[in-house]
Amino acid sequence: MAQSIRRDSPELPDFSLLKRLARDQLIYLLEQLPGRKDLFIDADLMSPLDRIANVSTLKQHEVDKLYKVEYKPIVSTSDQLCFLIRPRLQSVKWICDVVNADKAAGKFRRYKLIFTPQKFYACENVLEEQGIFGDVTTDEWGFHLLPLDDDIISLELPEFFRDYFLDGNQRWVRTAGCVLHLLHSLYGPFSKVYGIGRCSKMAYESWREQVEEGEQKGRDGEIGSVFLFDRDVDYVTPMCSQVVYEGLVDDIFRIKCGCVEFGPEVTSSDKSLKVMLNSQDKVFNQIRNEHFSNVFGFLSQKAKNLQTAYDKRCGMDIKQIKTFVSEELKGLKQEHRLLSLHIGASESMMKKKTKQEFQELLKTEHSLLEGFDIRECITFIEEHINRQCSMIESLRLLCLLSLTENGDYGVDHLPTFANLKQLGILVEQPTGETLTAMENKVGKLVNDRAAGKLTDAFSSLAKKSHFRALSRRLNLVPKSDEEYDLRVPKDMAYIFSGAYVPLSCKLIEQVLERDGWTGLEEVTRLLNGQEFAADGKARSDTQRTILVMFLGGCTFSEISALRFLGKEKGYKFIIVTTAITNSARLIEALLDNRA
Amino acid sequence: MSRAKADEDDYWNSSKFTLAFTFDEEDDDYTRLKESKKAVNSISALADEDDDDDDVEKVSWSGEPVGSISWSVKETASKLRPAGDSRELGFPKISASPSLPKNNSVYSLSSLFKGTAQYSTLDTPARHYAPELRKPKCEYKDYISNWSPQETILKMQQGKVVSLERFQSLQDKMLLLDKAVDGHDGNIITAILIYLKRSLCKEVLFRELVGRETALRHYIHYLKESGEQKVLLDLFSLSLSGSVHSLPFSPEDSLHVQDHYTLLERQIIIEENDKQVERTGQSDVFKRFPRKASILNMPLITTLYYSCFYHYSEPEGTYSSPANIRRTFKLAEKQYFLTALAARAKLKAWTDVDSLFTTRNWLGFTKKKSPVAFQRVLDILHKNNAPVQVLEVYVNLLEDLELKINMAHKFKCHDVIINVRRASYTLCSIILNSASVWL
Repeated sequence: MAQSIRRDSPELPDFSLLKRLARDQLIYLLEQLPGRKDLFIDADLMSPLDRIANVSTLKQHEVDKLYKVEYKPIVSTSDQLCFLIRPRLQSVKWICDVVNADKAAGKFRRYKLIFTPQKFYACENVLEEQGIFGDVTTDEWGFHLLPLDDDIISLELPEFFRDYFLDGNQRWVRTAGCVLHLLHSLYGPFSKVYGIGRCSKMAYESWREQVEEGEQKGRDGEIGSVFLFDRDVDYVTPMCSQVVYEGLVDDIFRIKCGCVEFGPEVTSSDKSLKVMLNSQDKVFNQIRNEHFSNVFGFLSQKAKNLQTAYDKRCGMDIKQIKTFVSEELKGLKQEHRLLSLHIGASESMMKKKTKQEFQELLKTEHSLLEGFDIRECITFIEEHINRQCSMIESLRLLCLLSLTENGDYGVDHLPTFANLKQLGILVEQPTGETLTAMENKVGKLVNDRAAGKLTDAFSSLAKKSHFRALSRRLNLVPKSDEEYDLRVPKDMAYIFSGAYVPLSCKLIEQVLERDGWTGLEEVTRLLNGQEFAADGKARSDTQRTILVMFLGGCTFSEISALRFLGKEKGYKFIIVTTAITNSARLIEALLDNRA
Repeated sequence: MSRAKADEDDYWNSSKFTLAFTFDEEDDDYTRLKESKKAVNSISALADEDDDDDDVEKVSWSGEPVGSISWSVKETASKLRPAGDSRELGFPKISASPSLPKNNSVYSLSSLFKGTAQYSTLDTPARHYAPELRKPKCEYKDYISNWSPQETILKMQQGKVVSLERFQSLQDKMLLLDKAVDGHDGNIITAILIYLKRSLCKEVLFRELVGRETALRHYIHYLKESGEQKVLLDLFSLSLSGSVHSLPFSPEDSLHVQDHYTLLERQIIIEENDKQVERTGQSDVFKRFPRKASILNMPLITTLYYSCFYHYSEPEGTYSSPANIRRTFKLAEKQYFLTALAARAKLKAWTDVDSLFTTRNWLGFTKKKSPVAFQRVLDILHKNNAPVQVLEVYVNLLEDLELKINMAHKFKCHDVIINVRRASYTLCSIILNSASVWL
């Protein structure tokens, strides 16, 4: 399979343009409110904003002070206030309170609301209801896309997942269409669009409508095919523990907007350090896609090389030292800094993972994926709950169990447990006893009946599960009797220690290979259909640059798998995602006790 | 590599998969990593020689890069002066001269954004990003009124101001809603629903929504987000008869609600009592381990842990005794066992721990039994710093010889190792002896 002719991967388009566009538009909007002003920023917009502008950019455009939106009375003394927010009713209501408080105090100010990436009618409705429509001006800042790295672009909209997949709200569908439109007009035209999932389909249609509205360009595109992917097509992959370096760092330290905060235990000093993790970090770039077990070897080799490089300066004469200092030292020092950071991180991760009996956890996950020793897995999960280990972890394992054993229930019903905990207002009631058995498992309501139920539930699952069928059909679980050398991975399964090829990435591989869905009818039937493929103006020279858009988030492991696939097959993948996700984020998004 | 890998795999050979790495302290990789860390640290002296490297990001005390927005926001927060200092609080002066846009940013913005425009191309470019320049609503009125539902939805999608007042008959309203749903734009669907909420009485609206799932879900989401619990409740009680969504609590769930109620009741009693005991200092355990938080609203297992911690020896009759909680909430043996074990081990009450395992058979002999693997028990005890003597007892109870030796090594139970070795040595010599007899 790997013997096929390898073509060189094409160059990636320059996505820094997206940052420039966003920055220029923001500046333009700020100038719509001339004069000095204070700027209030939504907490979750701060990091994305940091990636495209800095304080001096804002100061140049007469922003006086910066505040975080905290839903408290404000203390600003400025006579002009600007609010940079996501279109959330809560934020708009808070702004209404601010304005109405000013009115009551007889204070006159000018207010400007900038919604990003767009405003919603519901927001304007709040302004109207609160009697301040017309007292404030509103604008939209089309900051749709933030390039996190050369090949990762994020919408930074984690709420997309819950809004669409849990609440069935389609308000971000048009946003996704806009994103396609934006990418198409800057880097298109696309030669082909494939997709699977209902949201993908709607996003595709929304984009087509917008194209019809706007004008068409006749030039060479930089992006060949586009693949749209709904998160609910594959929940199994994001529910697995990540063991590729970047994914593991995300699972443990949480990478936020391409940046991670390493605590004192990593930096071996008394303060935390925020570090950007991207291809600019030379050390990180070499280990990010590696299985964690290879990282140690690599880092120690690096450390040795570094030592040798430093040692060179002994026995140099003055002139040589001069060149050494001017040419090499800076690079070496930077490498040294990065190296000690990543060694610290690896060490800290190893410590953490021993504590949580990570090995047993992985073993259970692998057995679940393989459909092997399920009873033992259930016992493990049961004990996990009984010992009150982290609830998120327990829920994750339960999801994995239900997803792999039967496609008919699982993550979709998570809100049921979560809402139940809050004695929920809205509980969608799906049918089937199995569900109630799972409900019982919610952390605080665990009892013996639950354990019994789960076992009953399990024995009732005699019928073939979808995941099993998919797994067989797509060969997701490689033959286990073969030795899997993680140093020389032979397929995408390496990202899960050779135990499982991620379903999402396998689908993408298959569709690209077959140039469509032909021959995958059985697979798409098991995935509830909703697949599509559309031809554009095919152009062979950009054919191998493929944009994959995940609606509802994707994990770093999936990105690593696609990078691997790209290297094998001579593709270059660009990942566009509504947000970077992982198992914990997915489950937390479904918990209802956030209020 | 292959030899080292084989060693590692031994422990996990029950899985069909060879796990590729372990995190054991003794592991090769780990020592290698430690060495490399040492190596890197040893050269830090050189690297620190001049620290004013320009490629190193400047970082403030909080770890944020200086000049970043997050940093700046924190700075404002920490420097906040009380409201109303130097500046005038009344009506501010608004500079009369319109400030001109800075020349470095605006030059060709409209052309840049044309590609991304969400509005119709009929609009002038300036309007895209400066809606306040829009003409007042009334100017549109004349021709708005002729738009069909389909057109209206389209115009709304393009971000245009439209008037919905024209859709007065129920039929028109629902046609409008259905067109919005067909457009797959949640923003527009919600906008129409807000209009319907204003212009229809809720009974009629709810009735119409019953058959329209997408619209219903948007409506519920909107009500949730805008915090209109009252309307939501009405929706639920109405839908009871409509039978789209069932009661918030199914019969299955109401059992849990009942259980939870009982638990809360119990917690209130315990909390009152224990607060009293703690304050008066009657009990030793409260003095040694003051309570960190109230037990109110804690999960069941936490309550059990608490009870095992502070009320272990109480008779079953009291509300706060572990036995009572176990019985009331029908806890499984394993659950009870693990919680009790953790609590008693935390208190270092090793005799209590011991008696958890002890069962007597009908002849009066004692035997150690455990509902969970002894290996797990050892983990828990070890985490609570159990002394070697205690650990030894349980290491000895492991049946798998290899596991026993591994664990003995891990917990430094040297006697166990010696005994095992001696036993196998004796066994060997017996075999050898008997073999020689045969020969």
